[in-house]
Amino acid sequence: MVHGSASQPGAGGSRHAEGATRDPALVKWCLVAVSAGFLLLFLGVPLAAVFVEALRKGLGTYLASCRDPAALAAIRLTLWVAAIAVPANVVFGLAASWAIARFEFVGKSLLTTLLDLPFAVSPVISGLIYVLLFGLHGWFGPWLAAHHLKVVFAVPGVVLATVFVTFPFVARELIPLMQAQGSEEEQAALVLGAGGWQAFRRVTLPNIKWGLLYGVILCNARAMGEFGAVSVVSGHIRGKTNTIPLHVEILYNEYNFAAAFAVASLLALLALVTLGAKTLAETKVRRDLATAVPVPPQEDPVP
Amino acid sequence: MSIEVRHISKRFGRFDALRSVSLRVPDGELVALLGPSGCGKTTLLRIIAGLETPDPAAGSQILFDDRDVARTDAGRRGVGFVFQHYALFRHMTVFENIAFGLRVRPRRLRPPEEHIRARVDELVRLVQIEGMDRRFPDQLSGGQRQRVALARALAVEPRVLLLDEPFGALDAKVRQDLRRWLRRLHDEIRATTVFVTHDQEEALEVADRIVVMNHGRIEQEGTPDEVFHSPASEFVMQFIGNVNLFHGRIDAGKAIFGSLALPASAAQPTAGGGARLLVRPHDLDISRQDTGNGIPARIVRLQSAGPVAKLELESDDGQPIKVELPHSRFRELELTNDERVFVVPSGGRLVLEDYAI
Repeated sequence: MVHGSASQPGAGGSRHAEGATRDPALVKWCLVAVSAGFLLLFLGVPLAAVFVEALRKGLGTYLASCRDPAALAAIRLTLWVAAIAVPANVVFGLAASWAIARFEFVGKSLLTTLLDLPFAVSPVISGLIYVLLFGLHGWFGPWLAAHHLKVVFAVPGVVLATVFVTFPFVARELIPLMQAQGSEEEQAALVLGAGGWQAFRRVTLPNIKWGLLYGVILCNARAMGEFGAVSVVSGHIRGKTNTIPLHVEILYNEYNFAAAFAVASLLALLALVTLGAKTLAETKVRRDLATAVPVPPQEDPVP
Repeated sequence: MSIEVRHISKRFGRFDALRSVSLRVPDGELVALLGPSGCGKTTLLRIIAGLETPDPAAGSQILFDDRDVARTDAGRRGVGFVFQHYALFRHMTVFENIAFGLRVRPRRLRPPEEHIRARVDELVRLVQIEGMDRRFPDQLSGGQRQRVALARALAVEPRVLLLDEPFGALDAKVRQDLRRWLRRLHDEIRATTVFVTHDQEEALEVADRIVVMNHGRIEQEGTPDEVFHSPASEFVMQFIGNVNLFHGRIDAGKAIFGSLALPASAAQPTAGGGARLLVRPHDLDISRQDTGNGIPARIVRLQSAGPVAKLELESDDGQPIKVELPHSRFRELELTNDERVFVVPSGGRLVLEDYAI
C-alpha cells in the first residue's frame, strides 16, 4: 500500500515530463518532409539530372566524351594537381596543427586566423592575387620571364592556386583533435625511450589517423573540384591547363551538353565516393574524440 | 640509484614554480613530495624525469648516482614515469602498452619477441591484471589503468620510479588498496621511488620519507614521524594533521591566551606583540576547574563513536576548538553539551610575532 502510493506520483510525473519534451507527431513529420523535400529538390534532382543528361545520347557518346583527348588531358591534370596539393597540405596541416596544439608562441592566434583565410576570401580573388604576383606585369613577373619560367596560365599556377584554396582542410580537422588529446601520451613515449620519430609514428599518428584521413578526403574533393581560383590563373588552354571543372565549362559554353554532363558526372561520382568515405572517417573521428580523456588543469602551471 | 638535485629553479612566466631547491633521495627509498596545489612538487618530479628543464643557474645540477644527467634526454635517464591521468596509449592493447618501452629500443638492444612476451606476462602478474592484456585502455577501470601505467613504466627496468599523483583520480576505497599495494611493490622491486601527492594521509602511510613543499621551496624533509611530531614550521604543522590555532598577546615576557600564560623566550622581550599557539587536537585536555593553565571554552558537540572521542568547543572569542580524548578519559569526565570548561594544552607550538620593526 505504502509502496503503491509512493510510486504513483513518480510514475505520473515522468509520463508528464515525457509528454512535455516530445513534439506532436504532426510537427515531427512536417519537419522531416520539409528537410527531405528540400534535399530532393536541390541535391537529388540535379544529381540525377547530371547522370540522365550525360547518358541521354547513349553509353557510346558518354564513353567517347570521356575518352576525348582534351577530356583525358583535363583528367590527367586534375589528378596531377591533386597529387601535389594533397600531400603538400598534409605536410603543412600536420606542421601547423602540431605547432598550434602543442606550443605557445607569439602570433599563435594570428596563425590560427590566417588558416581560415582561404575560406574567407573569394576563390576568384585568390586566383587574382597569383596573377598579380606572378603575371607578366606582376611583382615577380619580369624576373620569371627573364628566367623563362611560366607560372600564370601554366600548370604551376594551377597547382599554387589549388594549394592555396585547400590548405585549411587538414589543419582545421587536426587542431581540435590534437588539442583534445593533449601531449601526455607523447611524453610517456619519450620517457619510455622512444625517439621523436618513433613517438610520432607509433603514438601521435595512430591517434590522429582518422582525423587526418577526413581532412585529406575533404582536401582532395576540393582540389579536384576547385573552379574559381583555378579559372583565373589557368588561362583555359585546352589540353594544357584545363582541369575537369574548367573543361566542363568549355564544353557547356560550346553547347556540347552531352559531353559536358558526361565529364561532369565524373566529378559527381567523385563527390559520392567522397561522401561515403567522409561518413566513415567521421564516425571514427568522433570515437577518437570521445576516448580523449579531458585533461583537467595541471597541478602546477606548465605552459 | 640515488637521486640528487642541487639549486634547481624554475619559472613559468611570472610564476616561480621552484626556488633553488636542493634534495637528496638515497638509493631504494620511497619518498613523497607533499604540498598544496602550485607548490612546485609536480614540476620538481618532471625535472627529475627530464620532461622539464630547470632554469639555467650557477651550481644547478641533477645527479643520478652522483652522475650529472641534466643534459641527458628523458628516455635515456632510466626512469619510469607514471602520469597523473596514466597517459596510456589509447589505440594499443594493454599488452602493447606494456611492451612499448621494449619495442622502441634500437634493434641491437631490443629483446627477441619471446623475451618481450615473457617480460609482459611477468609484469601483468606483478600488477595483478591477469586476463586483461588484450583489452584497450578505455575498457579498464581507473584502478586497472593505474596498474597498467605502472607495469608499462616498470617494463624497461627503471632504476628510478616517478609517480605523479598516482592515486589522485581514484575513489577512496581503491585508493586505500592501491596505496598498500604500492608500498609492497616498492619493497619487492627496490627501485628508488618518488611520488607526488597533496594528500598528507597518503604520504604518511606510504612513504619512508616525506618532503613537504610550499611556494616552490622545501619546508621540511624527514620521516613521517618527524614531520608529524616535530614540524619544522607553522606551515608544516598546519598542513600535516589537524591543528587548533589560538591567538594571544605578549606581555611582560609571557604569551597570554585567556587565563593561560606561557613563558615567551627571552629573545622576544617586546610587549604588545601578538602570539599564536598551535596545538593538535590530541594534545588538548579538558578541565572543569580554572587551574590557570587553560583557555575557557563552551562545549558545542560531543562525538564518541570512533577510535577516539571528538569534542567541538567554542572559545570566548568565537574560535572553534577541536579536542580528541581517549575513551577512558572521556567517560571519566562525563561532559555534557553547552557546559563551560577549560581547554588545557599539553604540547604544541608557540609562534611569536615581533612588531618591533
